[in-house]
Amino acid sequence: MYKQAVVKGCTNRKKTRNVSNTWLEIKKNKSIYLYISPFYILFLIFGLFPILYSIVLSFQKWDGISEPQFVGLSQFQMMLKDIDFWKSILNTFIIWFESTVPMLVFALIIAFLINSKFIKGREVYRVLYFLPNVTSVVAVAIVFATLFGNKYGLLNYFLTKLGLSPIEWLKVPKWLQVAISSMVVWRWTGYNAIIYLAGLQKIPTNLYEAAKIDGATGVQTFFKITIPLLNPVIIFTVITSTIGGLQLFTEPQVLIGDGGGPGGGGMTIVLYLYRQAFVKHSFGYAATISWGLFFIIAVFSIINWLVVRRQAD
Amino acid sequence: MERKFSIWKVIIHFLLMIGGIISLFPFYWLIVTATRTTTDFMRFPPILVPGKQLFNNMQNLFKTIDFWGSFMNTIFVATATTLCVIFFCSMAGFFFAKFEFPGKKILFSVLMATMMIPSQLSLVPSFIIMQKIGWVQSFKALIIPSIANAFGIFWVKQYTEGAIHDDLLHSGRIDGCGNFRLYWNIGLPILKPAIAFLAIFTFMGAWNNYLWPMVVISDPKKYVIQVALAQLNGVHKDTDYAMVMTGTLLATIPLIAIFLTFSKQFISDIAAGAIKD
Repeated sequence: MYKQAVVKGCTNRKKTRNVSNTWLEIKKNKSIYLYISPFYILFLIFGLFPILYSIVLSFQKWDGISEPQFVGLSQFQMMLKDIDFWKSILNTFIIWFESTVPMLVFALIIAFLINSKFIKGREVYRVLYFLPNVTSVVAVAIVFATLFGNKYGLLNYFLTKLGLSPIEWLKVPKWLQVAISSMVVWRWTGYNAIIYLAGLQKIPTNLYEAAKIDGATGVQTFFKITIPLLNPVIIFTVITSTIGGLQLFTEPQVLIGDGGGPGGGGMTIVLYLYRQAFVKHSFGYAATISWGLFFIIAVFSIINWLVVRRQAD
Repeated sequence: MERKFSIWKVIIHFLLMIGGIISLFPFYWLIVTATRTTTDFMRFPPILVPGKQLFNNMQNLFKTIDFWGSFMNTIFVATATTLCVIFFCSMAGFFFAKFEFPGKKILFSVLMATMMIPSQLSLVPSFIIMQKIGWVQSFKALIIPSIANAFGIFWVKQYTEGAIHDDLLHSGRIDGCGNFRLYWNIGLPILKPAIAFLAIFTFMGAWNNYLWPMVVISDPKKYVIQVALAQLNGVHKDTDYAMVMTGTLLATIPLIAIFLTFSKQFISDIAAGAIKD
């Protein structure tokens, strides 16, 4: 029985610290290493190596054509003083906030409504609400551009119909940010609602029954049972929306182009990174910015982790 | 009691329908603008019902860009990516779930950790690497790196642990199956539902991918559909809305069709992938 692997649960694997024994195990299982290796090989080449390379790049001034120039930490200093970089961070956070808060609130409400006991056609609603998420961001941005158009936009038509003055959505930075946020909300509310719904359906019904017997009101049940039990799911959606929100690129890029629009209201961090690299050909500086982005995401992940840990205690 | 319930029912349905209309309206508007002329589009008050100009718009579209070329490129890239992903992920997921080998824990932790890395971090260096190895303008640059799909392996592993019993593999082993045959003959047929989800999910992701294809491919003959659309929009959005919207409609329909076909299972799996702990 040469080259036979140990199928889990079939044989008791003897735990041994003997090095030669471990080596024997590895040799015995060598075909398995082969079968799981593609991921690691490809990750080394196209995942890890580029990241290490981006460290080198961030110390270099390079336009992609001429000789790269070693400049030490000067690009990091430049980044910290770069007003446009800070503005892009601010824009990203504004858009993230304006999209995540309504998105998750709406998603929660929708999940509750679909989950109501006496509702029929749940499946239809699930499909209906999930549909926007299947659409490409490019298509969404193209369609929303016509809805938010300054001149022929449908929204401005309705605004004037209601006796309000039209808004220059794509010209004024703060309205542009609202327009971008609305795309995110439209595309992701249903997705989050589906996840909340699955979370709600996991809550045992006898908890609700017990609360009812104890005379709890609907509001009390909601805040004392539903929200605490749904908490892990809510944390998951907050984390994914944060990571997604910080990487926002396609929505503003297709909506108003590489420049971030008039006043630069749509210039997100990743759009700024892209612009430095592929429009201005400052590869080195773009790599520096990507480390800035990495730092921000890392800080957020740590905050998230701390919050989750505190909740668990 | 009966009446109170039915009033609530009406209110809930009413609210859900408002949300449903908001979900659907952009699609409806896309159909309206794609079946109207650009002059119709600029009319005030706007026209809100579909017209009959779709074929005219399509002819304009096909004259302006090589739409079917981009369409076929996308089908090729998305299909190749999907096939590679489901093969390599189901294989790795299966062996991670059912076999013990030294270093397994560490290897799997590394795999999970790679999911945390934001892909933009490596955007610029990845492009430079593609330049160095001559993959710029090549579909290889779109397909090969995406095979390293940690989520796919995780997904199949989770499913395998619940779906394949150890005894089954043990008896396969007694029948003389090698490791690969255990995966191929016993594992794969059972893993079909998990693989189906992974296939649709990967295909959709590849179809909708934009940033990376835009960066590595600048030859219009090799554009994938999202890049072609964005270019079309950039050049013609102020002159021929109807054509741009027609292109957008045609590029969106295939995914909607796939989604509607498998929607029930797909939505359940999306939720399962998210709340599994």
